[in-house]
Amino acid sequence: MSFSIIKAGLLDTIQDPGRPGYGNWGIGPGGAMDRYAAEVGNLLVGNGKQEAVIEIHFPGPQILFEQNTLIAITGADFSPTVNDQGIPRWQPVVIRKNTILHFPAHVQGARCYISVHGGFCMQKWLNSFSTNLKAAAGGWHGRALKKGDELPFAENTIYFAGLLREDRDFETLPWRVNIEKLYRHPHEIGFVPGHEWKHLSPLSQTRFLQENFLIHPSSDRMGYQLKGAPLDIEGAGEQVSSAVSCGTVQLLPNRQLIVLMADHQTTGGYPRVAHVISAHLPKLAQLRPSDCVKFRMMDMATAEDLLAAQHKELHILQRACLDHLNELVC
Amino acid sequence: MPAPRLACGSAKLANLAPMSAMINRYQPAVSIFPLGDSAITAELGGDADEELNSKALAMQDWLIARRFPGILDIIVAYHSVSVFYDPVRVRQERPDCRQGAFACVRDCLEEAWREARPAFVPERGTIRVPVCYGGEFGPDLEAVAEDKGASAEDCVGWHVGRTYRVFMVGFLPGFPYLGVVDERLRVPRKEKPSPVRAGSVGLAGKQTGIYPVDSPGGWRIIGRTPWKLFDRGADMPIRLKTGDRVEFFPISPEEFAAEVARLAGLPRVAGQSPP
Repeated sequence: MSFSIIKAGLLDTIQDPGRPGYGNWGIGPGGAMDRYAAEVGNLLVGNGKQEAVIEIHFPGPQILFEQNTLIAITGADFSPTVNDQGIPRWQPVVIRKNTILHFPAHVQGARCYISVHGGFCMQKWLNSFSTNLKAAAGGWHGRALKKGDELPFAENTIYFAGLLREDRDFETLPWRVNIEKLYRHPHEIGFVPGHEWKHLSPLSQTRFLQENFLIHPSSDRMGYQLKGAPLDIEGAGEQVSSAVSCGTVQLLPNRQLIVLMADHQTTGGYPRVAHVISAHLPKLAQLRPSDCVKFRMMDMATAEDLLAAQHKELHILQRACLDHLNELVC
Repeated sequence: MPAPRLACGSAKLANLAPMSAMINRYQPAVSIFPLGDSAITAELGGDADEELNSKALAMQDWLIARRFPGILDIIVAYHSVSVFYDPVRVRQERPDCRQGAFACVRDCLEEAWREARPAFVPERGTIRVPVCYGGEFGPDLEAVAEDKGASAEDCVGWHVGRTYRVFMVGFLPGFPYLGVVDERLRVPRKEKPSPVRAGSVGLAGKQTGIYPVDSPGGWRIIGRTPWKLFDRGADMPIRLKTGDRVEFFPISPEEFAAEVARLAGLPRVAGQSPP
């Protein structure tokens, strides 16, 4: 069981929820930029949240299915098609063998996820499937996917062929997930103040709270450079390096901000003015260069509650998806 | 050993003011603050010296011994220790912690700061790292020497002339931040990062370090080691760890080539010991 890449996309990598636990070795957690989309994709096809998925950027890859396969496409909208017929996102779809999945047009978002029922068969590196490009390890041979790669996945336990009608290249299964709440107000990004927030000048604090910041074209999986009103900090200099986290907003010497994202370094020394709340990292991961960000201050309790609510929804979704799949098979 | 008390009940604020007046050798002041909603840092007061680094390592060991599900990672840097956690999991695991995951993990860190004693960190032997200085191995050595009004030999002498401590590993997988560099050898970073080969030994201010993999970098490169500091396939993929003691010794280009050949021929051993 496998599918093959007949044309590589801009940056297609294997990801999962990440590789925490190796910070003291200089190895960051990495993982899917939009963890929510990656996890939902897995749940829709009956997998656990931790399975490997493919994270793609636009332009996306072209993929040939060599077997009938149950997949889900989540995250950004790159208008996915199977043999040139549009297929829905955020919904499980059975794909007929010898068809081609393709992403012809960018509609919205930055990162799209492909999950397959049973998950991909590959070896974990340091307890995770995610690709660490810097270490050239994890995922698929430690690198981005390229033409000719044949990705094996686990033997399917469901007989998908019976679900496919004679004249159809794919069949959509009748359950989907409502994502409106999570990605609503896409530009409004919640944060809790960082340790150096109090050292920002009053004017800079006001600017941070009220102005829009543009995502710079050089932004990537390591970090989002923001372009906006210059900010000032007392005792501006670099500090002794210490750990940083995904979502840490640092003030650079050029008075501009950077938000550290999934592939960030483990340590840094620039002033930490804010931290994006975990519940809003998926939203932020779907913003692209020239999109804008507007920061909203939140307290710790709200940040934790929002994440707990997301977690609860995923838990309910997981049970519902498994029930649906079991019904289909029985 | 008298330790200043931290009134835990009153520690509602995320930031405990550094108690600089109370600094003593055994119990440095601490500032504990959130690093977002899923991590907390305890920064030890004062200059980032060996004792603070030892204290941070001791706090890490203390925390590891009492680790509970939901704690994802613990990272030690120069004078800080950071705990990364899953707030949802921590809330589930510690339902007694009604004030949320942050308060729960913060209390752990405070306790670690009060209880952990650096004396329990075992001393490790000094690791001697071979370096071929100058030439194509250390393209910035001449410029560093010129900058310092010294000869290349002087600079090499200053670099090999002391024992360093690994204060932290960061930036790249297995990149050790070593200190403290001889005052006569302190140079600023380059204006712009340029490509650096794996094994390159660089200088930046008080620090010296070794690039474990090919990478862009801004440190001034004075030499290169044939050692592999990062081996993704090994059980212990990094060679130098926080708290290790390191010395450098000069080798010739011929010895460099011989060592590369020797290492290439070795079977891969988990956590291989220095030659």
